Amino acid sequence: MSANIPDFSLPGSGARTTAFLTDSTLCIGCKACEVACKEWNGVAEDGLNWSGFSYDNTGAVGASTWRHVKFVEGEPQPGFGGAAGEVSSWNFSSDVCKHCEQAGCLEACPTGSIVRTEFGGVYVQPDVCNGCSYCVVSCPFGVIQKNDSDGRAFKCTFCYDRQKVGLQPACAKACPTESIKFGEISELRLAAQERVKELHSRGVHDAQVYDPVDTSVEGTHAFFLIRGDPRTYNLPPQPEVPTIYLKAGWRAAALGSAALLAGSLVAFLASPKGARSRQFRSRGHRQ
Amino acid sequence: MSTEPLRQEPVPQRVSEARLLELRRQAETRGRVEGAGVHPPGAPFPKASPDSGYYGIPLLKQPQWKWEVPLYFFVGGAAGSAAVIGAMANWVGRDPELRRNARLVAAAGGMISTGLLVADLGRPSRFLNMLRVFKKRSAMSVGAWTLAAFSSFSGATAFAELLNEHFDFSPVRVLGHISEAFSAGLGLPFHNYTGVLIGATAIPVWNRNIATLPIHFGMSGLNSAVAILELMGHNNTALNLLGIGASTFEAYEGLHLEQRGEAALEPLKHGVSGWITRLGGVLSGPAPLSLRLAAQVIGSRNLRRAACWAAIAGSLLTRYGWMQAGKASARDWRLPLETADAPELQAESERLQTPEPKTV
Repeated sequence: MSANIPDFSLPGSGARTTAFLTDSTLCIGCKACEVACKEWNGVAEDGLNWSGFSYDNTGAVGASTWRHVKFVEGEPQPGFGGAAGEVSSWNFSSDVCKHCEQAGCLEACPTGSIVRTEFGGVYVQPDVCNGCSYCVVSCPFGVIQKNDSDGRAFKCTFCYDRQKVGLQPACAKACPTESIKFGEISELRLAAQERVKELHSRGVHDAQVYDPVDTSVEGTHAFFLIRGDPRTYNLPPQPEVPTIYLKAGWRAAALGSAALLAGSLVAFLASPKGARSRQFRSRGHRQ
Repeated sequence: MSTEPLRQEPVPQRVSEARLLELRRQAETRGRVEGAGVHPPGAPFPKASPDSGYYGIPLLKQPQWKWEVPLYFFVGGAAGSAAVIGAMANWVGRDPELRRNARLVAAAGGMISTGLLVADLGRPSRFLNMLRVFKKRSAMSVGAWTLAAFSSFSGATAFAELLNEHFDFSPVRVLGHISEAFSAGLGLPFHNYTGVLIGATAIPVWNRNIATLPIHFGMSGLNSAVAILELMGHNNTALNLLGIGASTFEAYEGLHLEQRGEAALEPLKHGVSGWITRLGGVLSGPAPLSLRLAAQVIGSRNLRRAACWAAIAGSLLTRYGWMQAGKASARDWRLPLETADAPELQAESERLQTPEPKTV
């Protein structure tokens, strides 16, 4: 695995297109990535709440959670050794902003606050964001969120500051099992395929990579090696960047505007000309 | 003095663990546990599975817009339509009194819209950041520029109108007419772009209606603009015809939405958002339409007035209904995890799934 640790010898010289590969088969659910992310980025705590129905008390990524470990509790799985046949099985998967190739938030942002960095990630410039929250409804993965007490939208920065100086993101750095790998995107895509092959050969036939390259999102800079159906991990099978709806929308808007223009033209042509529509009141108006 | 033996930590028993799993299974499937006297609230408990998503936790984030935004949709729709009506009243209808009031409504609406949009921002002081770039692929950016231009021109038009009342000065009148042309031209996109704004998002109930939302919102705006002008005392035929046209479309749109049985449209029919949308739909479409037609037959001014109030209330409720529906839609974890429109993807994920063990 050491081949996957990036080597940025010169700070900032990189500008390599980077990515995360999060391997759920290696994750032990320690949440070190969540802690490291909060520590490095100074993200506020979420409140200490019990979900009451699972071991996951965080729930989802959001304005104050940029990395989030999902606890997928499953049926016992005989054949995996130990007590695997008797106790619940677990898949842990550390979720994060997907840094889409066609990013809904970036397209939607009216201030230009959300930009694509030289590393290929999607970054919210906090000094530009004015909190219009249009990105919130434009993210097909439900990642970006407005912090109501701060007024601006926040999400994973892909540790842009760390990448700038040749460091890997805090979550990848802190991960004790190399479940979160960080590196050059094509190398990681290859590593993911090799890992799937390896897992298949070891009998883990449901291992697959989640990277929606065939959708309008056109792939991500954070892909996930998961077991089984992506829906179990709240990963949408068919994510769409909302800009695909624009054409139909503006066509309808043009049609509606034409209807208003033609309708009002016809309406005024049909009504008697020159007639004052309103009875002048005593306090009166000059014409 | 005898030494007390150290207390042993209880080792989890295979038998009791198996019993616990059995209890949980019962609770999940039946909602109650037989024979144990346990009635857990909230059962069946959410699970992480392809059919129940990730413990039923919503994938999408709810729209974080507050009350200002639906009100902005209402005011903006009315203002944009009023600008077009004013220009038509001026150029085609030759009705200076209607022109004057329509210009004032458009200008007031433009100003109120700007105020509402700024108030909704997380950082209102940064409103001008909206104007540091123009992005045609962002409906919010297009809308912000349209709003800025529309409120400027409609304001200038109304200013020229008021100035002309006191000093009949022809350059001001000419500038007013030029400004009115821009105001009406911008009023066309401004009165219905909000439908594109919410339609081109990841929220299922909104984006599934992208093909009609802009027209729906535009007609709702026209309906309220006509109603406001009529309540200001104008009772000419043109306004009545426009009101009949707008409420006819709204009635059609309501029927169209009711007839479609898609799961994504549920928030428009059930729950609080459903009630608001349906009430708004009745008040925008059938109610003003029938009141206007009845007023036409028996010649009652009061019925027409009632139609106006219904249209205004309906237009306002419609915007709030759609906003609430968007929030409800985002809370529904099932919709973004749907695979129905991607059968090949479904087959792929089924192929990759291992058969689940049958025994505990």
